[in-house]
Amino acid sequence: MDFATLLQVLDSTIRLATPLLLACLAGLYSERAGIFDIGLEGKMLAAAFFSAAIASITGDVWMGLGAGILASMALSVLHGLASITFRGNQLISGVAINFLAAGLTVLIAQDWFSQGGRTPSLIGEGRFGPITLPGAEAAAGIPIIGPIYAELISGHSILVYVAFLMVPLTWWLMFRTRFGLRLRAVGEAPEAVDTAGVSVIGLRYVAVGICGILCGIAGAYLATALQAGFVKDMTAGRGFIALAALIFAKWRPWYALYACLLFGLLQAIALRYQNIDLGAFIVPVQFMDALPYILTVVILAGFVGKAIPPRAGGEPYVKER
Amino acid sequence: MDKMPGWADAVLVPLISLILAAILSALVIIGIGEDPIAAFNLMVDGALMRSSGWGYTLYYATNFIFTGLAVAVAFHARLFNIGGEGQAMIGGLGVALACLYIPWPNWYVALLGATVSAAIFGALWALIPAYLQAKRGSHIVITTIMFNFIAAALLNYVLVNLLRPQGAMDPATAKFPEATHLPTFQDMFSTATAPMFRGAPANVTFFLALLACVFVWVLIWRTRLGYEIRAFGHSESAAKYAGISPVKITIVAMLISGALAGMMALNTTMGEAERLVMNATEGAGFIGIAVALMGRSHPLGVLLAALLFGFLYQGGAELALWTNIPRELIVVIQALVILFTGALDNMVRMPLEKLFLARRRKA
Amino acid sequence: MTTAVAPETDIVPTTVAPAIELKGISKAFGPVQANKNISISVKPGTIHGIIGENGAGKSTLMSILYGFYKADRGEIFIHGKKTDIPDSQAAIRAGIGMVFQHFKLVPNFTVLENVILGAEDGPLLRSSLNKARGVLKQLAAEYELHVDPDAIVENLSVGHQQRVEILKALYRQADILILDEPTGVLTPAEADHLFRILDNLRSEGKTIILITHKLREIMKSTDTVSVMRRGEMTATVKTSETSPERLAEMMVGRKVLLHVEKQPASPKDPVLEIENLRLVDDKGVERLKGISLNVRAGEILGIAGVAGNGQSELLEVLGGYADATGTVRVNGQSIDLTGKHSDGQSRRARGIAHVPEDRHREGLIMPFTAWENTIFGYHRDPKIQSGPLMNNAAIKAEAAAKMERFDVRPPNPKLAARNFSGGNQQKIVLAREIERNPDILLVGQPTRGVDIGAIEFIHQQIVRLRDEGKAILLVSVELDEIFSLSDRIAVMFDGQIMGERLPSETNEKELGLLMAGITDTANAAMPASPMAMTETELQEAAEAEPTSDAEAVPSATEAETAAESPDQEQAAAEEVPPPEPSPAGEDEPVEEFSTAPVSAPDGIPSIDTGSIASLSASIPMSAPSAPPPPTKTEDPEEGDKNG
Repeated sequence: MDFATLLQVLDSTIRLATPLLLACLAGLYSERAGIFDIGLEGKMLAAAFFSAAIASITGDVWMGLGAGILASMALSVLHGLASITFRGNQLISGVAINFLAAGLTVLIAQDWFSQGGRTPSLIGEGRFGPITLPGAEAAAGIPIIGPIYAELISGHSILVYVAFLMVPLTWWLMFRTRFGLRLRAVGEAPEAVDTAGVSVIGLRYVAVGICGILCGIAGAYLATALQAGFVKDMTAGRGFIALAALIFAKWRPWYALYACLLFGLLQAIALRYQNIDLGAFIVPVQFMDALPYILTVVILAGFVGKAIPPRAGGEPYVKER
Repeated sequence: MDKMPGWADAVLVPLISLILAAILSALVIIGIGEDPIAAFNLMVDGALMRSSGWGYTLYYATNFIFTGLAVAVAFHARLFNIGGEGQAMIGGLGVALACLYIPWPNWYVALLGATVSAAIFGALWALIPAYLQAKRGSHIVITTIMFNFIAAALLNYVLVNLLRPQGAMDPATAKFPEATHLPTFQDMFSTATAPMFRGAPANVTFFLALLACVFVWVLIWRTRLGYEIRAFGHSESAAKYAGISPVKITIVAMLISGALAGMMALNTTMGEAERLVMNATEGAGFIGIAVALMGRSHPLGVLLAALLFGFLYQGGAELALWTNIPRELIVVIQALVILFTGALDNMVRMPLEKLFLARRRKA
Repeated sequence: MTTAVAPETDIVPTTVAPAIELKGISKAFGPVQANKNISISVKPGTIHGIIGENGAGKSTLMSILYGFYKADRGEIFIHGKKTDIPDSQAAIRAGIGMVFQHFKLVPNFTVLENVILGAEDGPLLRSSLNKARGVLKQLAAEYELHVDPDAIVENLSVGHQQRVEILKALYRQADILILDEPTGVLTPAEADHLFRILDNLRSEGKTIILITHKLREIMKSTDTVSVMRRGEMTATVKTSETSPERLAEMMVGRKVLLHVEKQPASPKDPVLEIENLRLVDDKGVERLKGISLNVRAGEILGIAGVAGNGQSELLEVLGGYADATGTVRVNGQSIDLTGKHSDGQSRRARGIAHVPEDRHREGLIMPFTAWENTIFGYHRDPKIQSGPLMNNAAIKAEAAAKMERFDVRPPNPKLAARNFSGGNQQKIVLAREIERNPDILLVGQPTRGVDIGAIEFIHQQIVRLRDEGKAILLVSVELDEIFSLSDRIAVMFDGQIMGERLPSETNEKELGLLMAGITDTANAAMPASPMAMTETELQEAAEAEPTSDAEAVPSATEAETAAESPDQEQAAAEEVPPPEPSPAGEDEPVEEFSTAPVSAPDGIPSIDTGSIASLSASIPMSAPSAPPPPTKTEDPEEGDKNG
């Protein structure tokens, strides 16, 4: 593999890792607050559709982004209602949200655009274009470092940079601020938060809300940056890969980055090479597809560094003395 | 005392949930500019008014009975098996291998063999998540989700690289031999003068599904194993006191669940397509969740809920054919049913309980 | 002792506004009146005790004061000002801090993080953490509240975790501190330390409310004390003007003579023989430290002891759901203590029936019908199968007959178990276990949360089984129950048998000392009333060569105990405080006594409650067995070795 190919694969890794990373961090906020969320997929899908739809109607990708975030937030509120207010089963609620999004997006797409459940292709201002970082063109000539800067680091859409900046920001929020302290506490011991005079319900809704925003950005990125428009079921299991990455990362922001880059790399390789010939045997592309899930099961099984979820995760909080 | 009578819990709560889901669905239909009543009439007409419509309704219902029972059995042991889809896919592989590589003399022996094969394949696919839950405490919901994707990749590999006939383009096995073709309702019920269920895919597997309902009912309410599964589902600490092994029950319940999910593939693969295709499960594994929730994990409830969803699927197909309403409407309804009967259960239940308490106080 | 006590009044001077004044507080949960028209007034700078049996409504009252529940009626005044406390935040603002019985800490946070949680100074943590570090240092010096601020809470001992809770309250500048059963989980030394802290706090002008059911703590540390009984405040008195006996009487309200009609036992051969039984739990703590016992046919062996000293584990091992090492023989044949053949099914097959301590968690499946529950654990019995299926018709008929014989009300086998009252639930369990005609019956807390009518019946059934020649092992934390049922009494403390006695040759005082881990009962200076025993007296008693007087304890057990490796003992003591009392033993759900026609809270009214309550509840506080690291020399094992 020559240097140019390597750069291309890594470049594609970054682009494919971005939606995973956003969704993974979304899940991190929610699950750190004790609300399991297997509805990441549905929220991304809803956001993907609404961002593409509004961007296509208005011709303004920022309007699209806003619409995507709102759609994702609406589903977050539904999840909050079911799992926080009515103390229902968080997993079942997540399943319902995934189906709701899968059904509604196509239904509305068909009603609005009559193109078989897709939106028209986005052009011009309807899409997030690549951003050239300062000095990228000038640096391109420098050997090794130049192309890395110009092609790998520069030239992505704004949302890619947002996603990567979210990692240190999330870390800082979680471990250096009052909000983060309370958020982590509410996922571990909600009764401690409650007796300290802080609202468990409020905190959890905020966490679920942030999860909605980030899933919204992730979905918008899929439909308006990675691709040009919405197609039916375009998330294609990315919400679940993000969930896998979250477990793989043991609910930590920096590990989430590494896990998403790894899973993004696997996707990039699978996209570029059908089957990988390792000489002795051929690694089929399907194995690469399944690898994130297999790795997650291995981690979950605790054979390699056990992943322990937040202690109060999945349990509705009931006040007890 | 119980807050409300048993019948209210078993019938009233799901019924109200269903009505809520129906109202919201009607609003969605209005939202996309169609008439919900006309749409409903069309669905009834297409799904229930002709024998061929019934043939489709029952075909879909067959899938949902199997996957609904699969989820229900696991629910009784307080396990959420979200992996019915993957187990059904692998079950399909079991059906295909049995049909393709064993020379069966006739269809009923073939059905028997394929059933065993589908059940074993489905059960084995549920075994690893079950083992990891029982022995390592890995959350079964997450592992079964992961196994759905792994199953899809595995099936893809097997179909593309191993089972695809030479020269064929689509990822599917060869057609199954003639001897394994199952009689459809058309074959069974048509007379020379009156053709019935014409062209419909419903086949003899439907009766197998009914048998599965009876089997699950007997298992859960009439056998020691069922007693232990229910006891474990209600209280793990009490189960230990009684000498019921949590590891054993977790694994056995998941094996049965996986076997039932795997058997679903009989209907689509052996009964309808007569070869194994990529998307043979058609999402039935997930619909099983809605069916089990609505049927309150009781075989009779599962049967009724599966019939309802069969009707919705066939009716939805009719809608897509004659109106501007896509089939995805059904996915929305399914989502709403899961939401109301599963996640927002308390929203329906709390006011009802208050109502019953108030009534009792008056009495 | 028998005269009714009129509430004593006029103990709070009217010059200073009381720190806390509650007026006419009432709170009901459904049909259960948890607090009835409660009024109380606490002077600032004092320690006020609230005493009452489990379920008397103490915790509910304090939860109202801390904003956890909203009172149905009544008013709260803080320092003379009427204050509404709708939530915990309001309570914190009013200067109230609460140390809950079950700590409300985030286990994987540091001490500092736990302290500032909810009381941060700004959106960023750094300054809050720095400030808290300083404040903690100061508080540590001021009140003997030393804790490593950077330690992770789950790695701390229970005593230190409790200090974190107190620090949390003080950091929020609470000047009223409520402690709910604070010593239940502490070692004696930790408890002493706690009372020193409370003394310091009082001298700094803080007001402290101490909720407990231990009379000795009240007598030792409080200025005034209120007694609660069945949701009502029955009296408020100055501690110096009352006695433990009077308090006990006010707690219980009346005396109920628990007398069980029974003939002297005629025991035969041993049916259950236990030798050197040891159990180490998953946290590495040795819960059973070489138990040796035997139970003969036709006798009831009662195991007395304070909850959490290994009795539950003993039942679990014998009942087949905890692994152990050692030897257990049933009718002369040894049974497996680990592996496949050590489960509940195998035990039942060997003729061991078990009425578990906690019928909610173990004995019954609450949503199951009564008839389904009558075969629970015996559901694999071939007699109730027909072919591969269960013979439900036969089981139902049998269940109806059993419920009739055991007077279960209502006698409806189709009703779910959760719909029966506590006493009737227990009768269902008892019917199931007794009617199998077992050789051995294990019984744990047979009358916990059971109404008085049912108690008598249950006791009769146990005696009847004994008279049929069965061996019965009874575990109860109620001394009077042990006394009235047992033919022989063994006392358990800290995973060991401290001694065996015949009921006719011992008394509550002696058993009480044994329950506190003091075996030298013959030579120990016996104070007239154990309540009056001071900390030092108890320690002296303990240090007087605890196990040397072997004649007093003629059982083989003592030799076993003495052979115990001191190293092992120390390691265990260093790591973990003594066993916690089972949470189930503390607060039975309130509904428990709501459904029963004649209701009694868990603590069954007992003969001469004064001395029993104090013995069972208070003495272990100063028991010298498992002290924290610095004071290892008090260890009885160690003492024996040296002596």
